[in-house]
Amino acid sequence: MARTITMREAINEALDQEMARDESVILMGEDIVGGAGSPGEDDAWGGVLGVTKGLYAKYGRERLLDTPLSESAYIGAAIGAATCGLRPVAELMFIDFMGVCFDQIFNQAAKFRYMFGGKAETPVTIRCMVGAGFRAAAQHSQMLTPIFTHIPGLKVVCPSTPYDTKGLLAASIRDNDPVIFCEHKAMYDTSGDVPEGSYTIPLGEAEVVREGADCTVVAYGLMVHRALEAAELLSTESIECEVVDLRTLSPLDLDTVLESVERTGRLVCVDEATPRCNIAADISAQVAQQAFSALRAGIEMVTAPHTPVPFSPVLEDAYVPSAAKVASAVRRTLGKE
Amino acid sequence: MPAGITPVVMPKWGLSMKEGKVVGWLVADGEDIAVGTELMDVETDKINGAVEATDAGRLRRRVAEEGRTYPVKALLGVLADETVGDAEIDAFIGAYVVPADDEDGEAEGGYDAVEVDGIRVRYSRQGAGGATAVLLHGFGGDLDNWLFNTAPLAAVADVVALDLPGHGQSDIALPGPSVEALAAFVAAVLDRLDIRRAHLVGHSLGAAVAAQLALDHPDRVAGLVLIAPAGFGPEINMDYIDGFVRAAGKKDLKAVLGQLFADESLVTRPLVDGVLRYKRLDGVGELLEALAAGLFPAGRQAAQPGRSLDPRSVPVTVVWGSDDRVIPVAHADAVPDGAAVVVLEKAGHMVQMERAGEVNELLLAQLG
Repeated sequence: MARTITMREAINEALDQEMARDESVILMGEDIVGGAGSPGEDDAWGGVLGVTKGLYAKYGRERLLDTPLSESAYIGAAIGAATCGLRPVAELMFIDFMGVCFDQIFNQAAKFRYMFGGKAETPVTIRCMVGAGFRAAAQHSQMLTPIFTHIPGLKVVCPSTPYDTKGLLAASIRDNDPVIFCEHKAMYDTSGDVPEGSYTIPLGEAEVVREGADCTVVAYGLMVHRALEAAELLSTESIECEVVDLRTLSPLDLDTVLESVERTGRLVCVDEATPRCNIAADISAQVAQQAFSALRAGIEMVTAPHTPVPFSPVLEDAYVPSAAKVASAVRRTLGKE
Repeated sequence: MPAGITPVVMPKWGLSMKEGKVVGWLVADGEDIAVGTELMDVETDKINGAVEATDAGRLRRRVAEEGRTYPVKALLGVLADETVGDAEIDAFIGAYVVPADDEDGEAEGGYDAVEVDGIRVRYSRQGAGGATAVLLHGFGGDLDNWLFNTAPLAAVADVVALDLPGHGQSDIALPGPSVEALAAFVAAVLDRLDIRRAHLVGHSLGAAVAAQLALDHPDRVAGLVLIAPAGFGPEINMDYIDGFVRAAGKKDLKAVLGQLFADESLVTRPLVDGVLRYKRLDGVGELLEALAAGLFPAGRQAAQPGRSLDPRSVPVTVVWGSDDRVIPVAHADAVPDGAAVVVLEKAGHMVQMERAGEVNELLLAQLG
């Protein structure tokens, strides 16, 4: 039966059910067993945010590996294990630290299938926290999704609800290609209806989360909620937005976006990433190329500014796109602002 | 309540409904309203539907604003005859307090589960007591197929709605891929719930299950209401069944579900989302394939218990939509003599949703 659980619990449940289903699934990461302040193995915290809590007691040291503070080493080990028959889920804590393992991810994991003529598979999932709002400053707050969508051979997921999180994480683990699974750090405590049983949501399927005839708003992750907030606000002004949650950024479900824009004739792309070459810019370019004749107004982008994430709480709040900014962009497409 | 004033309130479609958004009014101020008149379109997180008048009278005031969301039982409009003054109506609106929503409260919104032969099934039970009615949905359906029916029935009866095994939020397992096995399972559920005797209300496959249960345990069935029933003839639209089993994405599924209704605009986003969530559970695809293969070998209905019913010993009402695209309305000719057969024009397979008001009247009549 379905019940209301948090995104943190949804991740834990997906990991638990996939480990139970397939014994080749292993977990690796910094402090995923213990964690700061943990009294010991029997009462392990399950990572800095408690996401993997309880799994060590269930699956033991063979399948949950607490790794040294060396992302380049254990991400490389996870990728190597994936090529040799395991199905590792590596937790990299913050996407910001991905930089030290670029070679392993971009030049090895992403290339094996291609360079070995389809004979090699790399079924690894790399989970990481993304996004601002945690007062964690410039090195722990970035939305680096576009860096990974740029690389052919990687799949990139960024869910916005507990239901999607569980189904997409299960699908990512079962997928035979490397998946970068991005969890917005401001959303672990958001809750929603999630079935108890396991299920998958196909990678590469966007979701129309609100229907409306006047303007299409495309978003992912936390920004879906900002877009929905804006849509509610605009509804009181008799402007009806259609909100598309991309859910998966690679592969990208452009069809759903195009079909929506063909109905509404207007497009606002919302992205928490910095604006150059980000997801919003990508969608904007592809829609302009493929559905120019459907557009009745210029495409608007609402993104973070092209700066590092500020540490000042006031500036950080101003940095992340707000519902008010999304609403303004929608009004501009309608010539109302 | 002042004499002559009848409130129109937000209905409760299903146990989990807390609020609904008034999409638009379908009637004007001052119109005379008959019972069953569609007053306004309402949208919930599960379904979109029309609020039907449960009382007759003149609509003196449209209280609900279009586009706004109201809790269950909130005042949406006021019916009153012309003897009632405007000031009285204003006073009534001003004094109206939304009554507490008494039917839920538990975390799961009033749903419960019962286990039979290692298979856990979800059910809801609500209502006034009196006669018990057990609602059985069709192939691929769930207890939400009765969203528009449970509350009106619960006003006069003890209403149990079940997710059949392998369906809805019950365990993804089957007692067996046959009408007989499902009927035996439902009988065991009734035992577990201490229900000695009940009216069985079945839709589609659920109707065949209800009929089979009546044949196997005639003493336990007080009456049958069979809606767009399976079990009266061999034909079944396998394009629908196969399409439903195969549909993997929202678009495919929406097209398939359209075949269930005469008016395809009733296939709304929440409806499709709900079915897709079910279909994506691990094991559902294989289970539905096995069930379809068992129920419909070579594309024909294997079990036709309806034809063996004896309406002289158990009252039977059969309801069909004239435009049913899943099970042909011609099967109504095979209903044994003595049963009441009602064919609703311009309705499809989901008669109890599409024509809830009329179906509810028939259900209430059968329950006495």
